[in-house]
Amino acid sequence: MSDPSLLRLTLAEARDGLAGKSVSARELTAAYNDAVAEIAPLNAYITPTPERALAMAEASDRRLARGEALPLDGIPIAIKDLYCTKGVLTTAASHILDGFHPPYESTVTDRLWQSGAVMLGKTNLDEFAMGSSSTTSYYGPVENPWRRPGDNRPLVPGGSSGGSAAAVAARAALAATGTDTGGSIRQPASYCGIVGLKPTYGRCSRWGVVAFASSLDHPGPMTRTVRDAAIMLRAMSGHDPRDSTSALMPVPDFEAALTGDVRGLRVGIPKEYRVEGMPAEIEALWEQGVEWLRAAGVKPFEISLPMTKYALPTYYIIAPAEASSNLARYDGVRFGLRVEGDTLDEMYELTRAAGFGAEVRRRVLIGTYVLSAGYYDAYYLKAQRVRTLIARDFATAFERVDGILTPPAPSAAFAIGEKSEDPIAMYLNDVFTVPCSLAGLPAISVPAGLSRDGLPLGLQIIGRAFDEETVLRIAEVLESAAQFRHLPSFVAGGAR
Amino acid sequence: MIEGRTGPWETVIGLEVHAQVISKAKLFSGAATDFGAEPNTQVSPVDAAFPGLLPVINRFCVEQAVKTGLGLDAEIKLESVFDRKNYFYPDLPAGYQISQYQQPVVGHGKVVLDMPDGMLREIGITRLHLEQDAGKSLHDQHPSLSYVDLNRAGIALMEIVSEPDLRSPEEAGVYLRKLRSILRYLGTCDGNMEEGSLRCDCNVSVRRPGEPFGTRCEIKNLNSIRYVMQAIEYEARRQIEILEEGGAIEQQTRLFDVGRSITRPMRSKEEAHDYRYFPDPDLMPLVLDPESVARLRAELPELPDAKKTRFISQYGLSPDDAGVLVAEKETALFFERVAAGRDAKAAANWVMGDLFGALNRLDVDIEASPVSAEQLGALIDLIADGTISGRLAKDVFAEMIATGADPAAIVAAKGLRQVSDEGVISATIDAVLEEQADKVAEYRAGRDKLYGFFVGQVMRATQGKANPALVNQLLRKKLSG
Repeated sequence: MSDPSLLRLTLAEARDGLAGKSVSARELTAAYNDAVAEIAPLNAYITPTPERALAMAEASDRRLARGEALPLDGIPIAIKDLYCTKGVLTTAASHILDGFHPPYESTVTDRLWQSGAVMLGKTNLDEFAMGSSSTTSYYGPVENPWRRPGDNRPLVPGGSSGGSAAAVAARAALAATGTDTGGSIRQPASYCGIVGLKPTYGRCSRWGVVAFASSLDHPGPMTRTVRDAAIMLRAMSGHDPRDSTSALMPVPDFEAALTGDVRGLRVGIPKEYRVEGMPAEIEALWEQGVEWLRAAGVKPFEISLPMTKYALPTYYIIAPAEASSNLARYDGVRFGLRVEGDTLDEMYELTRAAGFGAEVRRRVLIGTYVLSAGYYDAYYLKAQRVRTLIARDFATAFERVDGILTPPAPSAAFAIGEKSEDPIAMYLNDVFTVPCSLAGLPAISVPAGLSRDGLPLGLQIIGRAFDEETVLRIAEVLESAAQFRHLPSFVAGGAR
Repeated sequence: MIEGRTGPWETVIGLEVHAQVISKAKLFSGAATDFGAEPNTQVSPVDAAFPGLLPVINRFCVEQAVKTGLGLDAEIKLESVFDRKNYFYPDLPAGYQISQYQQPVVGHGKVVLDMPDGMLREIGITRLHLEQDAGKSLHDQHPSLSYVDLNRAGIALMEIVSEPDLRSPEEAGVYLRKLRSILRYLGTCDGNMEEGSLRCDCNVSVRRPGEPFGTRCEIKNLNSIRYVMQAIEYEARRQIEILEEGGAIEQQTRLFDVGRSITRPMRSKEEAHDYRYFPDPDLMPLVLDPESVARLRAELPELPDAKKTRFISQYGLSPDDAGVLVAEKETALFFERVAAGRDAKAAANWVMGDLFGALNRLDVDIEASPVSAEQLGALIDLIADGTISGRLAKDVFAEMIATGADPAAIVAAKGLRQVSDEGVISATIDAVLEEQADKVAEYRAGRDKLYGFFVGQVMRATQGKANPALVNQLLRKKLSG
């Protein structure tokens, strides 16, 4: 058994340790390979890649020895299994991608490897990132490493990046990549007590990330601290000529933005986010967040985002519409699963019926419906118009404020199976994350406290487009104020 | 106009032409586009729609479309949008085709047709948009399986849609030839219908003259001008027959059966696909800057209509001759090289007469002509300077076609140089007149027509080498003397 204390380091600490030669990349990676094996009961990883991890770590050690260290050299991270990784099984947690080994590497993971990061494996998720609980995976549900004290029922880690969140929370990865379409980074981060950052749309390339909803898919980092998120984001970002929606923007040193000085910043508190039925403890933590920021010199403002109530229905039209088209390529012809039929149509039907789970089928059907002749104007076109209005809401608000503070989710983690009967209840989880997804704005979830049940709760900061620096700066101030030091009930290395 | 049993009918035709853009790379991927490569050797993972891969617009293909739009005198849209056209088929890897639906890159334009009766007809262009081609399904390689070749998948096509302005199969043929000529002049499509670089869908309806448009049928994917004309002819008569028997036309998509020269139904309106078009979220709207459009406009080559006007004014050609010479860019180029510094009408006659005839017999394009423009020019020079007669020149030309040799070399080798020695010709005439004394008497008695006979005799006696002008001059003098 390797040294479990290595698993308690943050990414920034591990980086400094590697640079100072107090630990080797191989030692660190070996510890994390063990951790990955140890947390197998959480089902957070679909495909661990321990040998590749060691080989990458050894390469890092050679660079460290030569004094040619790259920014993330020797840092073991997990990759959501929606990112294509060359020669490594890539599943999107779907049966339909059976045996798919991409002949290419996604831009974001390629950048991470070019920065010296080490791949521990591919993490579990909701099938095709469709879900808020990581229970729709063909490879089985992911379990949250947190449990309610005195209650043995397994909880969901949130979704869709639940495997990444669980792995980082359970100390079985120093950091992970996630993707956020309607909240899939921030909500699981909140449920698992870690930091999740959805960057601005266009900041991180989507090239090589299996598409769910192209205009909403945001790759981003999941980490234990805000600083770690800043370090990861820098490595993941940058213009990619292979992604036409990637932004031609310079990549700042996000870590340098963490000055701790937020004096004079104006932060908006949107009144429309006080939704009916929101637990009092979430509202209380939100108030606490306002107080923490006020104490740090931030000026809180009440603001109005009047289109908020239309965000969920808008999202649940646009995302399935794009998904229905994006998933048409899984037809059994060129890769993945094929179920033979007597005719071409039968082959399509049998393959897609067997290959897609219930939630994916539901969304493909919804998406096909809203794009159909006669319904397009009433649904898709109207949703696009509302989306523009939602973006305008934010633009108006950001004329007055520098950031917006909200809860990331209306509840703490729930038990596996608790909400899966009712897809609408599940969709409501996204109520606070979806609006800024539609607007493409950067947003972060930071662990801020525990619920009465002893489960982590987060706070969300939303920022202006391409102003991740302010988002991170405010988030770090919240993080310092909250002093969230709790560990989940199940962590690698055993310590409780 | 078609005369039916119950009166005249007018055929109304609109064409959708799919023209493959000349480009080394596909519309959204870097893959190559060569024709005839081994199956699935020109396919990038983007073309095969592998997960997570994204299209990136090929700017060169956009320029080609803009150039084509300018050549069709059309409105260039500075902002256009790529949409997804969704349907399932194994040769459509993504399950959707990236096309332009509501906002094409090129709007209204026109093509002017020179009709055989000498009239000009203006045909409206509704739009031109860019889209990707699909792959090819091969159903004849295996008894029970189909194969898919994705080499073509993702190649850039321009869909050029005409207004329903065409009124006969002949007009449709003239339109297609003219459009192809413009595309070739522009270098934006090679127009090679056999290789599928130019394909055509025909919308056909019939109506009583002056009445509103009838219900149309669409005939898909015709790959020769002849088939287009045959299909329209058949389809119009089929529709007239139905209407004259009191029936109604059902809106349909039909196929042309090449073997039987008929059209037959492919799918009806009820079975029509719902393509669920929506803007492709992987691509930003296509934005053109006015300066680059202006640059493309400035770089536009001289197009057939302008060239025809110039040929008429610069070379004094008839509109008909000018029209024939400009129809193909290569012909026009060839003619101008022959005509340079020479009698343009003689050049035009040689190109359109003897050269076209020879090329037809050899079944080759003008680019493969065994006689170069310079050689044909040299031949015309030999006539002009009196070295050979026009008649002998025909023989020399035949030799040039057969051997590719220079005309001067042929003249020298065969001793065909024209005889312009007055003494020699005079002696020959004397000998002929003496031999044909009775004919001379008849001529002098008033049978003028015998004059040609004497010329022929003189030419024969000199193996055609006598200078005809000199023969004329001397013969008239001697006969009247």
